[in-house]
Amino acid sequence: MDTVIDVRALSKTFKVYHHRKGFLGSFANLFSRKHRLVQAVAQVSFTVKRGEIVGYLGPNGAGKSTTLKMLTGILVPSSGSVTVNGYIPHRQRKENAKRIGVVFGQRSHLWFDLPVQESFELLQRIYRIPQAQYHHNVEMFDELLSLGDFFQTPVRQLSLGQRMRADLAAALLHNPDVLFLDEPTVGLDVVAKARIRQFIQQINAERQVTVVLTTHDLDDVEKLCKRVILIDDARLRFDGELATLRRLLSTERLLIVDYAEVYSDISIPNAHMTYQEGTRVQYRFSPEEISTAALIKAILQKFKIVDISVQEPDIEELIKAVYEDNLLLNPPANFP
Amino acid sequence: MKSLSLYLHFITLRIRAQMAYRFSFTLELLSQASISVIDFLMIAILFERFKQLANWTLWEVGLLYGIISVCFAVAEMVARGFDTFQSLVGRGAFDNMLIRPLGTFYQVFAHEFQLRRVGKLSQALVVFLIANSHLDISWTLGKLGYLFLALIGGTCFFIGLLVIGAASCFWTVQSIEIINIFTHGGIFMGSYPISIYQRWFRHFFTFIVPLACVNYFPSLFLLNKIEPAGASRIVVQFAPFIGILFLCLTALFWKWGVSHYQSTGH
Ligand SMILES: Nc1ncnc2c1ncn2[C@@H]1O[C@H](COP(=O)(O)OP(=O)(O)OP(=O)(O)O)[C@@H](O)[C@H]1O
Ligand SMILES: [Mg+2]
Repeated sequence: MDTVIDVRALSKTFKVYHHRKGFLGSFANLFSRKHRLVQAVAQVSFTVKRGEIVGYLGPNGAGKSTTLKMLTGILVPSSGSVTVNGYIPHRQRKENAKRIGVVFGQRSHLWFDLPVQESFELLQRIYRIPQAQYHHNVEMFDELLSLGDFFQTPVRQLSLGQRMRADLAAALLHNPDVLFLDEPTVGLDVVAKARIRQFIQQINAERQVTVVLTTHDLDDVEKLCKRVILIDDARLRFDGELATLRRLLSTERLLIVDYAEVYSDISIPNAHMTYQEGTRVQYRFSPEEISTAALIKAILQKFKIVDISVQEPDIEELIKAVYEDNLLLNPPANFP
Repeated sequence: MKSLSLYLHFITLRIRAQMAYRFSFTLELLSQASISVIDFLMIAILFERFKQLANWTLWEVGLLYGIISVCFAVAEMVARGFDTFQSLVGRGAFDNMLIRPLGTFYQVFAHEFQLRRVGKLSQALVVFLIANSHLDISWTLGKLGYLFLALIGGTCFFIGLLVIGAASCFWTVQSIEIINIFTHGGIFMGSYPISIYQRWFRHFFTFIVPLACVNYFPSLFLLNKIEPAGASRIVVQFAPFIGILFLCLTALFWKWGVSHYQSTGH
């Protein structure tokens, strides 16, 4: 499998200028160099192979969008290197653009006052998409995303879900090798989300399209991404399989017990009680200290119970733990 | 050729969108034209008092006014995208352009076509034609060719100013209103023969911001007038190319600006 995206020690620092308002202010702004620096991405390195779906995750302001903007040629990096399909996005912007598809979920990439169909036809001309390929794609995307319902509607009149579907299809009309999605499910309802996920999955499977996506929706991650990259505060925190992340962090499990009656002392050796409400009690334990079986046996010996269940922490908690505990699980390799 | 036809397609779409609101379009067209009629009337009133201005008659000034106004109207018509570039950046529309396999300069050009400037353009043309009918310029093929080039050059000059204003957004986010001094102020100033102004002022608008090349030198050429300050014949002859050169330089400035583009934080 070949490498499609290669990011090395990538950094981006924004210069934020202080603005003076008004006519004279704008004149002063020209000469004033007063600014502060915002480090949005710092020394981030990773590679992505053809056909992967990678979840690029992190809390608000972590630097996800900024990274995607450098991968798509919108921003010039402050330092470090980046190639996509062998092209340097900011230097070979047009060549790169022909082979990537981009959706920034927060806004549309289509033309506001044009109907979806005309937007698509415009894209056909811009990307010089052969007629046969264009029709084949539109047909396929229509089938998967039901574009027909709103194909003649001006983009400005589309609902958020419709707009997102239109944008996704538009980003794939020219058969890109790589798809960059920045929050493609933001603001959508459960059904719409499921549909978008299924579409991404199918495109990835059928066309070997490499996908890098950011999201705050952990369902997206669970359903789509085998591999995740976590960044926080501009820095890379974890890069690996979702399962690995889970294994690394899920040294602790939760045991939830519904007792038959309220006992005065319900402490169990090797388990920490974390929560109690009436007869329901939650314990946290580490399987390394005590096996689940031994723990349950200990409880049954002492008390009468109605129900018992064991839970692994979900990804949301895992990621929170990474952010909060500053765990640098997999320090990025240092590049020469 | 492909990019020209794509450009035409882009602006056809824009014009169609503008025509969708036919009533307001017509209204704007009329108001534009009448505002610019008032512009010229002001000059005429001035001449009613003085009859002549630095050896220029009213109709000669009409020629000056006509040329510069045609150039500015066309520039504002075709380069609207640069004029409103700040809002383009704010809406993220420029990000969208950067992900397309087309040049940014080209795309900003193709972004908007302000058809209603036709109102101003026709007023300017009318002034030019009336002025011409009162003057006896012997129109040779050479002079017609020169006029054509001068109009192109002048239009390029104004587009260049708009490009500089737009490119400043790459650093300050807000576009600099100062550029209006040069566009609107320039029109106002350039509606009179530049020889009436102070020397430093003349030089500034000849060598730094070559506004004099838009209409003053071309008018001298067309009217076979001698430049009182003694500008050489060569300068007068090559004036139309200065605007084109100016636009090329601003295009380089644009390119440099794009590499400083910071996008927006959302
Ligand atoms: N154009 C800009 N100018 C100045 N600062 C910026 C700009 N874009 C982003 N930033 C700053 O850089 C940091 C990273 O922003 P970025 O948009 O990449 O975060 P993100 O991970 O996408 O966050 P979110 O989840 O909220 O979308 C933030 O501190 C943000 O304020
Ligand atoms: Mg973001």
